[in-house]
Amino acid sequence: MHIVVCIKQVPDATQVKIDPKTNTLDRSSAPAILNPYDAHAVQAAVDLKKAYGGKVSVITMGPMQARDIIRKSLEYGADEGVLLSDRAFAGSDTLATSYIISKGLEKINSTDPIDLIICGKQAIDGDTAQVGPGIARRLNITQLTYVNKIVSVNLETREIIVHRVIDQGYEVVKAKLPCVITVEKEINELIYSSLPEMIKAARYVAPMWGVTEIGADLSQMGLKGSPTTVRKIFAPPEREGGERLTGSTTEIVNNLVNKLLEKIV
Amino acid sequence: MSKQILILKDKCKGCNLCVKACSFGAISVVEKIAVIDAAKCSYCGACEPACKFKAIEIKVDDIDRSSFSAYKGLWVYGENRDGVLAEVVYELVGEGRKLADKLKVELSVVIIGDKTQNLADDLFSYGVDNVYYIENKLLKDYDTNSYTKILEEAIEAHKPEIVLFGATSEGRSVAPRLAARVKTGLTADCTALDITADGDLAQTRPAFGGNIMATILCRTRPQLSTVRPHVMQKAAKLAKKGKKIELKSTIVEKDVVTKVLEFIKETRENVNLTESDIIIGAGRGVGSEENLKLIHQLAEKLGGVVGASRACVDAGWIDHFHQVGQTGKTVHPKIYIACGISGAIQHLAGMSSSDIIIAINKDADAPIFNVADLGIVGDVFTIIPALLKSL
Repeated sequence: MHIVVCIKQVPDATQVKIDPKTNTLDRSSAPAILNPYDAHAVQAAVDLKKAYGGKVSVITMGPMQARDIIRKSLEYGADEGVLLSDRAFAGSDTLATSYIISKGLEKINSTDPIDLIICGKQAIDGDTAQVGPGIARRLNITQLTYVNKIVSVNLETREIIVHRVIDQGYEVVKAKLPCVITVEKEINELIYSSLPEMIKAARYVAPMWGVTEIGADLSQMGLKGSPTTVRKIFAPPEREGGERLTGSTTEIVNNLVNKLLEKIV
Repeated sequence: MSKQILILKDKCKGCNLCVKACSFGAISVVEKIAVIDAAKCSYCGACEPACKFKAIEIKVDDIDRSSFSAYKGLWVYGENRDGVLAEVVYELVGEGRKLADKLKVELSVVIIGDKTQNLADDLFSYGVDNVYYIENKLLKDYDTNSYTKILEEAIEAHKPEIVLFGATSEGRSVAPRLAARVKTGLTADCTALDITADGDLAQTRPAFGGNIMATILCRTRPQLSTVRPHVMQKAAKLAKKGKKIELKSTIVEKDVVTKVLEFIKETRENVNLTESDIIIGAGRGVGSEENLKLIHQLAEKLGGVVGASRACVDAGWIDHFHQVGQTGKTVHPKIYIACGISGAIQHLAGMSSSDIIIAINKDADAPIFNVADLGIVGDVFTIIPALLKSL
């Protein structure tokens, strides 16, 4: 079974700081990491490989430094990776990005047919959750989003059964392979890497593919191929802090209860 | 390239103000002159006003609107299950009505499913002009492939200029696939919408974990957005008559490529979290899984549910389903009681639209107090037991 995981390098949003003077992001404060959802996607692929045999590849689009997250994926047990990198890719929105990655996937598929594509639910920098479904459409295969459990894979009937989280609960869904699934964090627990995997990962240099290698159409990428355009960026409006309740615990609690009754009634 | 950013070398002093203003790390100062890295620049315009010497010029070519006149009207995706519309549809209808009025166009809802026709009359009473519907047994359960096929055909036939989806799991599955089908732009998880002077949809959304807001325009038609639930106001009742239009589609069994074997209604509290009027939020300050019992007690007493910060979830004290914030749920209760929550921006992103926020925290400087209507500097384990006694 050949599983390909789409991964992204993101600034660690939990460590992003705001410059109080300019009200903008201080990106230097945030280290670049493997998108947390994608780490679970890689783990899910590795778990499937253990159960059904086969190979796990990863693919990412980004600058040279994005090779770091390919190495990280190898630490988790992926076998190989590809970096899609080209100046022409810069400025791509989710539509253009899904085009570029799908071209990369087509190239992988031409030599090594893909059975399953796994993406993290979303990336924590943009939080759009749009690239996974975009890729599925470009490749004209089924998508199963918000998967929190892979129940079974049947390689003979080429079917997969998963749990998909929906707003009122979850559904048990069956689909044909190949397909794209996007996964929630609770799909698995990340397992710490073994020493041989870490050594293998540290030495790994992923091949890099640009526009020529993937045979992509320049008009469908970068700013030109991106229908959405950022018009303005600003700091979120601040909510004003209100009243502080002080005094003894009893006073505070009585005051709180009274205020609540006042505001509710 | 439709955009250009220029540094006027005679005006630039190399003062670094623009470097600090850039959220994308695209500017550096080389030999006392600012240099833009085109690969990183998103042309967002944050540097332009930051420059005191007017040394930055951004030229944004106008959107080519020549082909847009063929597109008219605003659509709302009528997400439904078992013949009941999702709550967010009414919110989108409320917001959609305002936007449609600004554009002087009709507001329509498009409903796909096996029991859809009878939903139309209800929607008309909320000010909807048209309901496009398709009723087919094959469409009982949501299936991305067949649903997007129908939407693409409907867009092709009727050419709306805007389509709004709820940023629910269904909306966020169907919309990106549709965008890739019709090759148009989609903005995720919008929290504010408006119409610009040029008649474009200005879509505002949080990015970078809620640290910044971005307003995004779309250079193609239709303009697609998913809109965060519980942000827009629900539509008001209007006595209005509308038109029902049946969608023609060629959907056959093989178009439905996923099969829902079972639907399990969640009994966990996460179902209630986004709908609850009272949420007691627990943070790192609560200290342990054992201590969380106190928070559960308060929730029970007040008829609310327990929410949690990421720190609390990552520590393993409570299930991820309870997480409130950027990577958890967005909640909008009448009362949010933050217990031992410091108030990281990612958490605030998920709860700052609560009607009343009460914060209990030992640290008087905790950022949570900046958003709290009522702040109590004190120990959660002194205040809550006392509160429980007095209730």
